[in-house]
Amino acid sequence: MTAPTGYPELDALLPRIDAIPNLAAAELDEAEIALVGRKAGALTAAARAVASRAPEERRAFGQAVNALKTATEAAVAARRAQLAEAAAASERRAVDLTMPARRRWVGVQHPVNAVIDEIGEIFRALGFTIAIGPEVETEWYNFLALNFPADHPAMDQHDTLYLDAPRVHETPGDGKLLLRTHTSPVQIRVMQSSPPPIRVLIPGMVYRSDPFDPSHAPAFAQVEGLAIDEGISFVDLKATLTHFARRFFSADTAVRFRPSYFPFTEPSAEMDVACQLCKGLGCGACKGTGWMEILGCGMVHPNVLQCGGIAPERYTGWAFGMGPARIAMQRHGVTDIRLLYEGDMRFLGQFARGGA
Amino acid sequence: MNVSRRWLEAFLRQPLRAHDVSHRLAALGAAVDAVEPLHAALGDIVVALVEDVRPHPNADRLRVCTVNDGGAERRSVVCGAPNVTAGRKYPFAPVGATLPGGLRIEQRKLRGELSQGMLCSARELDVGSDADGLWDLGDLDAAPGTRLLDAVPLADDRLIVDVTPNRPDLLGHKGVARELAFSLGVAYRLPAIPGGDAVEVPPFRKPAGERSALTDGVRIAIDDLDGCARFHAAVVRGVTVGPSPLWLRQRLEAVGVRSINNVVDATNYVMLELGQPMHAYDLATLQGPELVARRAAPGEKHVTLDGVERTLDDGMTVIADAARVVGVAGVMGGQDTEVSERTTDLVLECAWFTPSRIRRTRRALGLSSEASYRFERGVDRWNGAEAMRRCIELVIATAGGRVADAPVDVHPDATHPPRIFLRLARVAQVLGLPLAQHDVERALVAIGATVVAKPDDGRLAVDVPGWRPDLTSEIDLVEEVARVHGYDRLPDELRPFRVGALPDAPAVPVLRRLTQGLVAEGLCEVVSLPFGPAASEHSVGLLNPLADTGAFLREALLPGLVGHVERNWNNQVRDVRLFEVGTVFERAGAGERPRERTRVAAVITGRREPAHWTAADAPDVDRWDGKGLAEAVAALAFPGTSWHVQGDAFEARDGAGRPVGWAGPLRADAPPWAAPLFGVEIDVVLVVPDRVVVRPLPTTPAATRDLSLVAEDGLAVERIEAVIRTSAGDLLESARVTAEYRGASVGEGRRSVTFRLTCRAPDRTLRDEEVDGLEQRVLDALAKELGLVRRGA
Repeated sequence: MTAPTGYPELDALLPRIDAIPNLAAAELDEAEIALVGRKAGALTAAARAVASRAPEERRAFGQAVNALKTATEAAVAARRAQLAEAAAASERRAVDLTMPARRRWVGVQHPVNAVIDEIGEIFRALGFTIAIGPEVETEWYNFLALNFPADHPAMDQHDTLYLDAPRVHETPGDGKLLLRTHTSPVQIRVMQSSPPPIRVLIPGMVYRSDPFDPSHAPAFAQVEGLAIDEGISFVDLKATLTHFARRFFSADTAVRFRPSYFPFTEPSAEMDVACQLCKGLGCGACKGTGWMEILGCGMVHPNVLQCGGIAPERYTGWAFGMGPARIAMQRHGVTDIRLLYEGDMRFLGQFARGGA
Repeated sequence: MNVSRRWLEAFLRQPLRAHDVSHRLAALGAAVDAVEPLHAALGDIVVALVEDVRPHPNADRLRVCTVNDGGAERRSVVCGAPNVTAGRKYPFAPVGATLPGGLRIEQRKLRGELSQGMLCSARELDVGSDADGLWDLGDLDAAPGTRLLDAVPLADDRLIVDVTPNRPDLLGHKGVARELAFSLGVAYRLPAIPGGDAVEVPPFRKPAGERSALTDGVRIAIDDLDGCARFHAAVVRGVTVGPSPLWLRQRLEAVGVRSINNVVDATNYVMLELGQPMHAYDLATLQGPELVARRAAPGEKHVTLDGVERTLDDGMTVIADAARVVGVAGVMGGQDTEVSERTTDLVLECAWFTPSRIRRTRRALGLSSEASYRFERGVDRWNGAEAMRRCIELVIATAGGRVADAPVDVHPDATHPPRIFLRLARVAQVLGLPLAQHDVERALVAIGATVVAKPDDGRLAVDVPGWRPDLTSEIDLVEEVARVHGYDRLPDELRPFRVGALPDAPAVPVLRRLTQGLVAEGLCEVVSLPFGPAASEHSVGLLNPLADTGAFLREALLPGLVGHVERNWNNQVRDVRLFEVGTVFERAGAGERPRERTRVAAVITGRREPAHWTAADAPDVDRWDGKGLAEAVAALAFPGTSWHVQGDAFEARDGAGRPVGWAGPLRADAPPWAAPLFGVEIDVVLVVPDRVVVRPLPTTPAATRDLSLVAEDGLAVERIEAVIRTSAGDLLESARVTAEYRGASVGEGRRSVTFRLTCRAPDRTLRDEEVDGLEQRVLDALAKELGLVRRGA
């Protein structure tokens, strides 16, 4: 109960003020307008009337009007908050927030390109930039400059798709046109275009006349790396690629280097990492060996440096090549490579849910 | 290359574990793809002693045996083999055992007599072809009940070794054993041939500088020195061709080679052991008799061992007698001169053919063989005598006969394996750490090289072994040093480096922005095979296309994407949103490379937004979504393009007006429930887009006016908007279409288009009169230039 003011015209308003806490929403608005509304509010009018009171009365009356006005506004605000809370509570009861949300279409990068980008990020931190090159090449760039001996069985590992086109006449690079069988021709192009130090990563599509079956595709992505400078050695190769493997997989990943053969590197090696599925124990995915082949690598062959116009006694370099599709397949449990080429929304959509 | 563990054990004279062998070979550069245990299916078979044999009461041909299989009780076994004898040991399959063929042994009654197991023949156990009787284990020193695999040296492992093309030395067991020997730190030597010790092989006759020689009346000659550098031959008379002994058959079968007869098996054995292909001719079939290595005549015909008639050309080397071709050199022998059951006298051939010649020949003939595989990679030119001696020993030990005359070694241009100089400083430079001279020497000696230090200039003179034709330069030796030293023993510490001098290729940031932008548009990226049918006269064809993927390179990306959409429809997937960034190819001038361009394409079909329960029907994409997609793609891929209406589609043009892209509705093989399909394809231009320079944010209020105009159909909104912009002047911030209306009130063939004009002055609040004036200017211009009036006016 609001205390009487002693002014009858004010005290007449008291019951209406005291009723505020029990008003419904619409009544509350009415009451607010009737009492403190800017134009027609009774207390607003009373406040305006202060000036018409006897001078000695003005102060006390004014205080009384203000006190009532403050009390009214507080009561209205309190009631309004109370009503709002009640309304919200009732709305909460009526809405089932476990109903599905409204979403937008979510796009996604191709899983193989995601792997390429991830590889790129790691090598960027190691001072590499990205180079690209043409997909149609001459025999010179694809084979001869890379130290493939003419008419040698090493060619058999590169089942080549040749273009039905006349030979081109370029210097160097005269010869038949083909779809590059690896990204390594870009090594030569980079050497021709830039003096050492060279540190480039070369992603791109490569082509082989392989049948399109669960484990082969006639076109697939490759990522090549090349580092050339004075004093670059096999130790740098091992260290950089081991560092890469531990960043890409996990810090405790076991890595091994095995001798291998590529015409364009010597010494050549294959890098294996402990099978990511069985952690090196041996399983079906790694054919019981506990290891997964990740990439081929080696010291750039002196003949290749020579073809690229780089002095092979002064400079040394290392290179590697890897297949991001195979890594993507192992990572995501894809057993048929053709899925990577089919644009199947049921497949691609699975990568669009925030997974990696 | 298939390698038998037991064969390696014979070289190294110590037991080996297949797993350990695999590990060691992998560390030396010969990965083992698989290990296949052989005869593992014999695990259930035991050695049993037959203690008693008595006739079967109800069958003349059967006997009832009392068998001791090591168990507490004796077994009763009914047996039909004629050679079953009391007191002898035989392989025995007890009840519950499974034979290699899958037969499971059960207890049963045979003509009324209980039979608790089965005594086995060699054929039943898959270890030989002898089915005439039980496999008599003789006086085998094994107690009854011993597992047969533990008692008889049958169990083997076949290692499938992945031999790289530079290592022909690993295409024989001796080469593999050599690698294992230095890995294990032991010696290796050729295994003894049972019965081989007694064979005397006369010393070879080497006619210095001569191209031909006689052995036992047979003339051996090299006519084509480019194709055949060396030719060893021997005549063995008086052989009896027949089956090979069990040990030889098992060796061959262990590496997957079928036994033919003792002579052919001997030649195969030598190839598999030493890597040197051999060939045996039936001397009686040879004209002359002579064997000449010569070029084939163009069009010359020859029937090879596989019964196929081959047409030869003059790029091929053949072996011929006085009358005809008797073999395609290094690839396959001839049918006419093949060793048969009737053969008594042989000529053995052991030659060195030029690798590139063999490769060319087998490719031209489409005929590969174990021999061509080895010759193509390079056999040891200086090991022919050992191979020939070995082959003679084997033939005589298994087929009898004798060598009456000295075998010949025709080698007109006698050479030595190369000498290579190696600098220790080069080893340190390439490997990244200095190795001591004795470590380097030890590694080279391990691979069979002879090393002479030259103290005057610090180099090592290295005479490489004949079995390593791949070692021709200093860097090859550096690799050998690293390989033998062990790659895993080299350090792997990250050392300081200089960053690369080349910046990123210009395409890199463009493609990254493009991909990120299209993913943000809710599109899924795809990669397609870039092959297909010819699309135009500019299509680039393949010389050797794949059977199932198309003979031409793509000229555009959209056809591939439409194919993906159709496949999704086939899978009952209705909402498809895809994009691809890839290379397209187009024929250029003669003698020039085809033009390669990077393009981007995108397609959308299905609902505009994912379905949600708050709306019964989510709308499907329509032409305006298609246009929006086109604009979004172009903004990312080719900034500065403009789209021009062309029928119901759009063409993108660059600043110079050249067409660079297309967008519009796509025709496809759509099911009735499919939504419309829209696509866009455009060149990706490798330019750095304009840097965004932020305009100051407005500090004054805007005033808006809605302008509904009635326009004849055919008047493009683009033109109306242009007039609005020019006439409104600087105060116009934007003019946006908010509605289009057609109906009776605007009249047939007309429409009303509503623009909302937003006006703002940067420095003050616009007065109503200013905005009214602007509006009037616009209306006047529209009336004057386009004859447009305000709706209702």
